[in-house]
Amino acid sequence: MSGYPNEMRASIKRLEATRAFRLQQDIPRLTPEQKAQLLEQCHPDFRPEGMRPVRVGPNKGQRMQNELVDLLEGYGRLDPDRVDLQRVDRDVDVLVVGGGGGGVTAALLAHEHGARVLLTTKLRLGDANTIMAEGGIAAATQPNDSPYRHYLDTIGGGRFQNKRELVHALVHDAPLVVEWLKDLGAMFDTHPNGDLVVSFAGGQCRRRVHSCKDLSGLEFMRVLRDELYNKRIEVLEFSPVVELVLDDHGRCAGAILLNLETGEHTLVRARAVILATGGIGRLHPNQFPTTNHYGATADGLVIAYRAGAPLLHMDAIQYHPTGAAWPEQMLGQLITEALRGNGAQLVNVDGDRFINELETRDLTSSAIIREVRDRKKGIRTPTGMEGVWLDTALIDIRGGAGKLDRMFAGIVHRFKEYGIDVHKEPILVFPTQHYQNGGVEIDALGRTSIMGLFAAGEVSGGVQGRNRLGGNSLVDIFVFGRRAGKAAAEYAREAAPAGSLSLDHVRRYHRELAEAGIPKGKLSPMLLPDYTRPEVRERRYS
Amino acid sequence: MAETLIPIYIMGKRYEVPEGLTIMKALEWAGYQLIRGCGCRGGFCGACATVYRVPGDYRLKVGLACQTPIVPDMYLTELPFFPANKALYDLDQVGDRVDTLLELYPEVARCLGCNTCTKVCPQKLKPIDYIAAALRGDFPRAADLSFDCIMCGLCAARCPGELVPYNVALFVRRYYSKLIRIKPQHLKDRVAEITGGQHDQALADIAAMDEEALKKIYVERDFEKL
Ligand SMILES: Cc1cc2nc3c(=O)[nH]c(=O)nc-3n(C[C@H](O)[C@H](O)[C@H](O)COP(=O)(O)OP(=O)(O)OC[C@H]3O[C@@H](n4cnc5c(N)ncnc54)[C@H](O)[C@@H]3O)c2cc1C
Ligand code: SF4
Ligand code: SF4
Ligand code: FES
Repeated sequence: MSGYPNEMRASIKRLEATRAFRLQQDIPRLTPEQKAQLLEQCHPDFRPEGMRPVRVGPNKGQRMQNELVDLLEGYGRLDPDRVDLQRVDRDVDVLVVGGGGGGVTAALLAHEHGARVLLTTKLRLGDANTIMAEGGIAAATQPNDSPYRHYLDTIGGGRFQNKRELVHALVHDAPLVVEWLKDLGAMFDTHPNGDLVVSFAGGQCRRRVHSCKDLSGLEFMRVLRDELYNKRIEVLEFSPVVELVLDDHGRCAGAILLNLETGEHTLVRARAVILATGGIGRLHPNQFPTTNHYGATADGLVIAYRAGAPLLHMDAIQYHPTGAAWPEQMLGQLITEALRGNGAQLVNVDGDRFINELETRDLTSSAIIREVRDRKKGIRTPTGMEGVWLDTALIDIRGGAGKLDRMFAGIVHRFKEYGIDVHKEPILVFPTQHYQNGGVEIDALGRTSIMGLFAAGEVSGGVQGRNRLGGNSLVDIFVFGRRAGKAAAEYAREAAPAGSLSLDHVRRYHRELAEAGIPKGKLSPMLLPDYTRPEVRERRYS
Repeated sequence: MAETLIPIYIMGKRYEVPEGLTIMKALEWAGYQLIRGCGCRGGFCGACATVYRVPGDYRLKVGLACQTPIVPDMYLTELPFFPANKALYDLDQVGDRVDTLLELYPEVARCLGCNTCTKVCPQKLKPIDYIAAALRGDFPRAADLSFDCIMCGLCAARCPGELVPYNVALFVRRYYSKLIRIKPQHLKDRVAEITGGQHDQALADIAAMDEEALKKIYVERDFEKL
């Protein structure tokens, strides 16, 4: 049985017919002019109706995604007048907010540098975007590669808008981070002689992405989580931060946590706070599906912004070129770029390629949207979705039978469940929201503009410029998680003790909202998305 | 297209939900805003272990809520949490592999060979085999056999020997990756170059370049062949 209905199979025949030709075909890379034009025509960031200027806060007047502006223009969940700031429940040196790869790394390093650490997270420890990463981690560890080349690829991929000191830190530390992970016992893919296996990602001029099968993020996350437990670092689960607390000098001095199950709030005083709350996929910018985990709701951006930290590049969202478009049950789920990195091609309804598959993600996604929307060369599913083919059979043809099974067992397995054999049949794909390129602006030590507040990972901005390359986020969360963890521990040791605790920044923000004529609607941060059906919600009368 | 509704029982309560949904989406459709039991929504994190029964079958079935389609009249509940035993250790201090394993997890010797774990594993792993390999000291094989484990807890929930196979496997993989596998020379070399400052000049130069010059070398850079 094939998982594809007949009308789609006709196009698969055409794809099979062009395979031999496509194996020889070389599609040149786009020129800078062609790139600019393609993005402007087809990238969702350029849809005028998708964004609007935010009316309050440090980035007042700048355009960002509507869905994010809705939250930034929201009132806080807490009435500052009802919170008793005298009653401090916990007192620590470093509070880490977020239990993904960035947060756990920061907690380990802060602990290593002598700090008393508490890590609090919204779901279970490790329920995060990190655990979902498939492709792997970019680092220039090969003899034919160098940090210099990694720098060049990263800044070009970011459209030259990245903060240079951050790119410098990223590529410099990247091989050190791979060694660190290896020493913690992460099981990297290796050649028989022990050398690390590396793959291409779009926009990387060398094979540079180190993988652990197609479960790289799972492997890093479970190893780091295990180490956190071994080090007896304290963890609170299902306890999201709903507001930061400052002191009377405007320095960050702690946070208010919500116990999601009992509804009780607790106050943690900390000499330094590290935000590592990840991305925004669950806001569904431009109504796109997302690859992100359930908790990716921009909380860190909202609470940091309200406390006065400026955001960078929040008008640049990454849509991953290859989200699943069939079967329906998998809609929007990630189909890893490593498939293209190992030779899979993008093919339209006629069996033709239309882009060099190793262009950066912003361009590749735009090209798919152009193929489907403007050129009407997409493949339509019975439910009305459209997409293009990803010809996965080429991986075994190029790399020898068994390569797909060896490197992409997860993909093979998941599609087999729906009657699709990716050794022979292609996968239908369409872009899906994947990554928040920008975030809270940081420096090379992970410091934000607020004293005592650090940020690391997807919540931070500047490292990736306007578009991130494949493999560059995992390296980002470990490089800056390590830097922020160390810097926060040192800061906590040296900084003068916090003054009296205050939520005046929330009061000020509320006043600003009122003055801008913004009524009190939905409160933020969002914490959890609501996928219940509207008919149920309407009848929650109480 | 009119949706066909089918009955399911969530923690004993009857709901009618559209055919074809996963258990997770059916819970949401019915009106549950999930707090526990929902993480990645893509089969990676193991947060959504679910147990259920279907009519006419005495057997307890298990699956991941985000991956398992609903069937009519299924009786289901998610497992919000499983209290698992995890040994604490320092990989820089451990001794011989099997001795350490038995010291940390003496209960592995109590594996009854009943194979219940294999029947419940949503990743189609055979914990019985990786446990046996670990006990034999064949850590490379145990590491390989257990690699796809998402630590969902189902095998431990059902194990009559009271093992926590996934925590055993995690220890074994870390031990193997850190202490049995060699560290590649190319990695050691690159790390030495970086800590020795050999790349600092090249990075300082590129960081100081004006944007036009940077754009030029970016466009002209050479690509390794696919
Ligand atoms: C499907 C998928 C595949 C990917 N593949 C790759 C890849 O191959 N290579 C690569 O480099 N990158 C990849 N990425 C990107 C990369 O995985 C992420 O960007 C990165 O892991 C983010 O790490 P993080 O620690 O910053 O955030 P996360 O890992 O998302 O962790 C954030 C944590 O913060 C918690 N949190 C959120 N709000 C709050 C709050 N209010 N209070 C407390 N805690 C909170 C969350 O629950 C979560 O635990 C992928 C991403 C996805 C979604
Ligand atoms: S269920 Fe437990 S006792 Fe039975 S084979 Fe598996 S590990 Fe051994
Ligand atoms: S081995 Fe156990 S914990 Fe791991 S995936 Fe299978 S059932 Fe879940
Ligand atoms: S929600 Fe992560 S495995 Fe189901």
